[in-house]
Amino acid sequence: MTAAAPIIELRDVNKWYGEFHVLKDVTLEVAKGEKVVVCGPSGSGKSTMIRCINRLEEHQSGRIVVDGIALGDDLKAIDAVRRRVGMVFQSFNLFPHLTVLENLTLAPVKVAGIAPKDAQATAMALLERVRIPEQASKFPGQLSGGQQQRVAIARALCLKPAVMLFDEPTSALDPEMVGEVLDVMSSLAAEGMTMICVTHEMAFARAVADTMVFMDEGRVVEIAPPSQFFDSPANERTRRFLGKIIGK
Amino acid sequence: MTTAAAWAKKNLFGSPANTVLTLLGLALLWQVVPPFVGWALIHASWGAGTPESCRQAGGACWTLLAERHRLMLFGLYPYEQHWRPFLAMLLFVALLAISSQRRCWRPWLGALWAAAVVLIGVLMWGGVLGLATVETAQWGGLPLTLVIAVLAIVIAFPMSIVLALGRRSQLPAIKAVSVGYIELVRGLPLVSVLFMASVMFPLFLPEGITIDKALRALVGMTLFTAAYLAEAVRGGLQAIPKGQFEAADALGLGYWQTMRLIILPQALRLVIPPIVNQFITCFKDTSLVTIVGLYDLLAATKASLNDPAWRPFFVEGYLAAALVYFCFCFFMSRYSQWLERELAKGSR
Ligand SMILES: Nc1ncnc2c1ncn2[C@@H]1O[C@H](COP(=O)(O)OP(=O)(O)OP(=O)(O)O)[C@@H](O)[C@H]1O
Ligand SMILES: [Mg+2]
Repeated sequence: MTAAAPIIELRDVNKWYGEFHVLKDVTLEVAKGEKVVVCGPSGSGKSTMIRCINRLEEHQSGRIVVDGIALGDDLKAIDAVRRRVGMVFQSFNLFPHLTVLENLTLAPVKVAGIAPKDAQATAMALLERVRIPEQASKFPGQLSGGQQQRVAIARALCLKPAVMLFDEPTSALDPEMVGEVLDVMSSLAAEGMTMICVTHEMAFARAVADTMVFMDEGRVVEIAPPSQFFDSPANERTRRFLGKIIGK
Repeated sequence: MTTAAAWAKKNLFGSPANTVLTLLGLALLWQVVPPFVGWALIHASWGAGTPESCRQAGGACWTLLAERHRLMLFGLYPYEQHWRPFLAMLLFVALLAISSQRRCWRPWLGALWAAAVVLIGVLMWGGVLGLATVETAQWGGLPLTLVIAVLAIVIAFPMSIVLALGRRSQLPAIKAVSVGYIELVRGLPLVSVLFMASVMFPLFLPEGITIDKALRALVGMTLFTAAYLAEAVRGGLQAIPKGQFEAADALGLGYWQTMRLIILPQALRLVIPPIVNQFITCFKDTSLVTIVGLYDLLAATKASLNDPAWRPFFVEGYLAAALVYFCFCFFMSRYSQWLERELAKGSR
């Protein structure tokens, strides 16, 4: 962890779905290069929180600042934040009517205005990095789940984001494909990418995370480095959750 | 022969019930086919002739077509100018043939359409290049049907996309306008839309300004078709998972980029069958423009039977018109099947 100004800052963020209070005074700081793993029971607001960071959901009170840009109703700011933040979804969300390569070059060409040739070169380099360059001209429907998720990671990387958000990237995968996706994420982490991952892959969290965040009922209950988080959690609810998930 | 016999035994006489059905079917065919062949082919009269010669032959009077086809095809268009609508028709068919090729789906196709429409307009209207002016009131037959149907479809399609997007819009005003338009037009019979376009519309225009009758019919057809198409398109939009919108948002694509590049290509592919259904309906519904006094293919066919001497042979006339309608509709139907297969290649 570094002491520099945080690249992501959430301060007293609150969000309601109608009457339902999903996020309650959520405060979290992420430093440049920090790897944060978020866990917590289903419905605790993990997805909602990270989706607020790139404004897929809007928050009603509190401050969210990404790389110095405060998120609000300003559409320019939202676009700027989205340029800096890549997102990987549980259900991949690749564009089925475009080839793998087209999935990767779409945003660089149409949003960033990069020349198609350059975008393709970048895309091929990224496909090398996620180890599926040979699938470039296939359609997403012709790939396995693990391959699709790796394409999705490459697509999110295409705009050279400063931060990557992962929302349970492996929970829609067959067990034998989880490893290949986590490998890609680990090597991304090793290269110094700032990452926020919602995941219940605890072995991955222990190996990669700088910081563990536990959420329950819309609150951030505990923030701690993994060693402390797993071995001596401070909060009773964290302990119960870990007991269930690791099966101690 | 043995394989054919085996096939027949298995498929036609496999069970007592099947045997009965097969025999009944054969009896029916025996009742229908020979008399029809006798009428349509053996006793028919072909080529030039008179109603009298037809009556003597006793069968189908294809002579009617030989004698009257120009009236059926071109309606009231001045006889010695028929080469103009004929050429326009050929242009239309060529345009459709080109447009149906996937490798021609390039920006220049739009320019080609614009150029062709202008050229067809010049041919039909005249008034320049030494061509005599022919008012649209004199247009008729197949060219009129094609002009109205094709232009109505081509204009209504993009309109319907805008309406469908409008109906799903977050902006209350745009949504209200789209819903209001679609529900209003869908709630009216086409006949009344045509009447409104043709009779009421001019009442709202300032004095002295008149809008051409064929144009008014075209506007009516377009407005009507767009409302129905919009609902088909909306069906496709609804089938697209939320994740596609979110992925596009997360990549920073704007609303129109998301729609144009991500959502519509998938949504429209899903609704090719209902869209083509609506195209076919539109094509056939052009026959209703006759109620505002235009002579489309069907009305021109009817007009060609006005002569009492030819009137007994109306069956042949309508059969010929039906065949023309069928050819175009069948082409659209087959084309949509091909298009579905073509677009599904690779993906999914
Ligand atoms: N669009 C919505 N409208 C109303 N309630 C919603 C909406 N989206 C989520 N919720 C509710 O908000 C709560 C938090 O949802 P969220 O998806 O953030 O949970 P999560 O921690 O990611 O859970 P999971 O582990 O199941 O993904 C849940 O109780 C959910 O039912
Ligand atoms: Mg979730």
